Amino acid sequence: MEKLKSSLTNMLVVLSVIAIVAAGVLASVNAVTAPQIEKINAENLAAGIKAVMGSDDIKVSEPWEVNTFTAYDISDQQGNLLGKAVVTTENGFGGPLKVLVGFNTEGDILGYTVLEHQETPGLGAKAGEWFQDKIIGMNPSKNNFTVSKDGGEVDAITASTITSRAFLRAIQNAYDKVIAGQDATSGATTQASASDMGTPEVIE
Amino acid sequence: MNNFKVLVNGIIKENPTFVLLLGMCPTLGTTSSAINGMSMGLATMCVLILSNFIIASIKKLIPDMVRIPAYIVVIASLVTVLQMVIKAYAPEIDKSLGLFIPLIVVNCIILGRAESFAAKNGPVASIFDGIGIGLGFTLGLTCLGAVRELLGTGAIFGITLWGESYGMLMFVLAPGAFLALGYLIVLFNKITKKA
Repeated sequence: MEKLKSSLTNMLVVLSVIAIVAAGVLASVNAVTAPQIEKINAENLAAGIKAVMGSDDIKVSEPWEVNTFTAYDISDQQGNLLGKAVVTTENGFGGPLKVLVGFNTEGDILGYTVLEHQETPGLGAKAGEWFQDKIIGMNPSKNNFTVSKDGGEVDAITASTITSRAFLRAIQNAYDKVIAGQDATSGATTQASASDMGTPEVIE
Repeated sequence: MNNFKVLVNGIIKENPTFVLLLGMCPTLGTTSSAINGMSMGLATMCVLILSNFIIASIKKLIPDMVRIPAYIVVIASLVTVLQMVIKAYAPEIDKSLGLFIPLIVVNCIILGRAESFAAKNGPVASIFDGIGIGLGFTLGLTCLGAVRELLGTGAIFGITLWGESYGMLMFVLAPGAFLALGYLIVLFNKITKKA
């Protein structure tokens, strides 16, 4: 068979056909895989909640929303409130950094897991392990939750200060809006966020 | 050229990392450790084999003047399909490779091989070219990643040889990538020129 000539009709037809076939393939693959992907995400979230609360034997409430945060009330089988798990998102170095963090009723951090991120492999992508032995047990209302370079109490990931700041900010915000915002009046919440915004950003 | 020669050609004579110097962006960007480099190489190889095969099969139907947009659509769709399938059925692979897959679309090795090989050869030879170039790329990225990881963190494939505090952090960062790549190209040329 001869190669098709580059006439206007040929070019239009070929490009259109390729685009339509590609769109069809993508749509059908998406239709097949989307429910599966959703199921995996839900399983990851359920496993993540157990991991960040440090217990398998828990009951998870229906999610509720505060601003952009999704929170889950966690209680034990008898119905005693153990704490909350919060999904919090912040802009990291390469894109949105989505962290699930578990607080006990005092606001101490029980655990965290990174749900989604686009940080640099080998550097910022280490956030999933790096902070495990650093922030667990800390409390954003008592501890200075910034990297040590900014005068805080947490060591940043080596060579990934931006990711580290974003990560800590995500947890601080989750605490301010969801945990602290719960007990205090709405006035206190606005004060907290105002002072948060007033924190000078150190730029290298 | 028989298929075996095509394969070896991709690994040595036309090694994409050390000889053609194609796809430098993922080469420099993702090789902060050996395992990252290998992952990127393998993911690229998958797409390269499939895109070479598809393009070699439909090349006669594509008029010359619109071949580049046509190839790009084929490659981009392929990468997206691969990404969705991996996300849905291989979440473990997605955890380690997920970050790299969208980067493959903009890897000029894929388009380069479509242009210079698949558009001129049959589907079977193109598959072998995909395997060869893919292996060459994987090899290059794994070597570079291993060197950078070893010098930067004192570990290789995550196994610590000496402590991280003896590592030169620069090698994990961008300047180290250029340095390490430069020396590896020298070494590669030295070895292949002799033979």
